[in-house]
Amino acid sequence: MSTELSNVPILQLQSIEVVYEKVILAVKDVSLSVAANSIVALLGANGAGKSTTLKAISGLAAAQRGEVVRGRVLYQGDDITQANPAALVQGGLVQVLEGRHCFAHLGVEENLITGALIKRPTASVLKQQLERIYHYFPRLKKLRKNLAGYASGGEQQMVAIGRALMAEPKLVLLDEPSMGLAPLVVEEIFDIIGNLNQQQGVSFLLAEQNASIALKYAHHGYVIENGRVAAHGTTQELKARSDLQALYLGI
Amino acid sequence: MSFFFEVLLGGLLAGVMYSLIAIGFVLIYKASGVFNFAQGSMVLFAALTFVSLLERSVPFWGAFVFTLLIMLVLAWAIERFVLRQLVNRPPITLFMATLGLSYIIEGLAQAVWGAQVHGLDLGVSDEPFELGGMLLSQFDLFAAAVAGTLVVLLSLLFNKTRTGIALRAVADDQLAALAVGIRLHRLWLIVWAVAGVVGLVAGLLWGARLGVQFSLSLIVLKALPVLIIGGFTSIGGAIVGGLIIGASEKLAEVFIGPIIGGGIENWFPYVLAMLFLLVRPAGLFGERAIERV
Ligand SMILES: Nc1ncnc2c1ncn2[C@@H]1O[C@H](COP(=O)(O)OP(=O)(O)OP(=O)(O)O)[C@@H](O)[C@H]1O
Ligand SMILES: [Mg+2]
Repeated sequence: MSTELSNVPILQLQSIEVVYEKVILAVKDVSLSVAANSIVALLGANGAGKSTTLKAISGLAAAQRGEVVRGRVLYQGDDITQANPAALVQGGLVQVLEGRHCFAHLGVEENLITGALIKRPTASVLKQQLERIYHYFPRLKKLRKNLAGYASGGEQQMVAIGRALMAEPKLVLLDEPSMGLAPLVVEEIFDIIGNLNQQQGVSFLLAEQNASIALKYAHHGYVIENGRVAAHGTTQELKARSDLQALYLGI
Repeated sequence: MSFFFEVLLGGLLAGVMYSLIAIGFVLIYKASGVFNFAQGSMVLFAALTFVSLLERSVPFWGAFVFTLLIMLVLAWAIERFVLRQLVNRPPITLFMATLGLSYIIEGLAQAVWGAQVHGLDLGVSDEPFELGGMLLSQFDLFAAAVAGTLVVLLSLLFNKTRTGIALRAVADDQLAALAVGIRLHRLWLIVWAVAGVVGLVAGLLWGARLGVQFSLSLIVLKALPVLIIGGFTSIGGAIVGGLIIGASEKLAEVFIGPIIGGGIENWFPYVLAMLFLLVRPAGLFGERAIERV
């Protein structure tokens, strides 16, 4: 039973097509698969459709008048194409939005707490959860009382990731964690992502423009071009493909 | 000098009643970015229901609890049949919807309870009493105490409970709130229900003061200057704004009124609000975007 389960990919997209406002075709045909306990990179240029793909999975596209008009999204084998975000978070699938989206007027710790609300934890469980996050992001512990709006870009990214982890997710959709951050901070954040994957078995589907850092930590990669998958493979395979390097990977 | 303080204090106490109306707006505006034009009708609806029950010899607390339940049902219906249909629409659409809603609620209230004027006696006399040489209204003092209690309860709700954290999160960033799994519909239901309760309290106090009648729904117009001065997003702002309006209109009436022939009280708040708009468009306590440098 357990071996069977672990063979089912935690996430599968089957030829999804996503349309905003009934007319704007943002994703034309994307199929991909994320194995349990793995990190998968979603690469591509500006406007390729990375964020739209993630929002289609998490159910957030609907909040921006977007809709999956074709294809299916499977999470642990179940069809979640029409599921709402709250139900998915409850089930362990959480998205970290591009541009961090911290609650600026809430404290850092309050931001983290919002991530756990859906689970209705007892006070002591909530405290354990917070300690777990502070273990991975020690910097946040010092800032816990500060307003998140005044934290630095890197710290806000940590808040955003920490907040998602508070729901004890199995799969995190991470949209451009490196955006606008200094290289050292980017390394720090990816190290933590790597640790979370190895120590806690959290899977990540991560959209990135910074291909070199993403491929350093990911096991698999997909390259999206104009709303379609242009290439995919293990990170070794992608790195070896000279045709991709100049075009998308910038390595 | 003691006369000056008497007027000032009387004004401040009356101002609390304005704050109460303004708070209803702030709650809904914060959580959903909607200026709820129907707040005034909700006040009327609550007061009319309550007073009609009293007149049918339902005891005071029975009528209070029953009206409270009615306000919760109203909130549920509004969320279910109006807000939910208009998710992701621009704020102006929602504003227009609340405008329509205000007529529906007013019509409903009058269809059920009739259009005549009702007196409402809360058992607190409006007789002035003396305090340190000043004459103060007992009713104003009572109203201020009730409003103060309500404000304390609301700030506990917002700052000390998980629901409060979720409410503030939604006010800050709706998409991010959705992303962490907060159920927007449930929160909207909660805010509209709380706004309904605030409307009930405001309706009882204002109804006791002015009589329960159609024009009660026009007190929304009194709330506008309060909101402009205090800011649309701050409960504290609504309180301070109400106090400023209350005090300044009374002082203006008494001290400037005789010079230019009286009647100032009715338009002075709007002039004050316009001055504020010029100097401080976000209001005294309005939330400005946090900007890091
Ligand atoms: N809310 C929206 N409404 C309408 N069109 C949208 C919306 N969001 C994105 N699009 C369009 O969909 C296409 C794909 O956008 P998307 O944000 O998914 O790209 P991306 O790969 O994440 O790009 P970037 O690297 O710049 O973040 C773009 O053409 C964009 O203009
Ligand atoms: Mg993007």
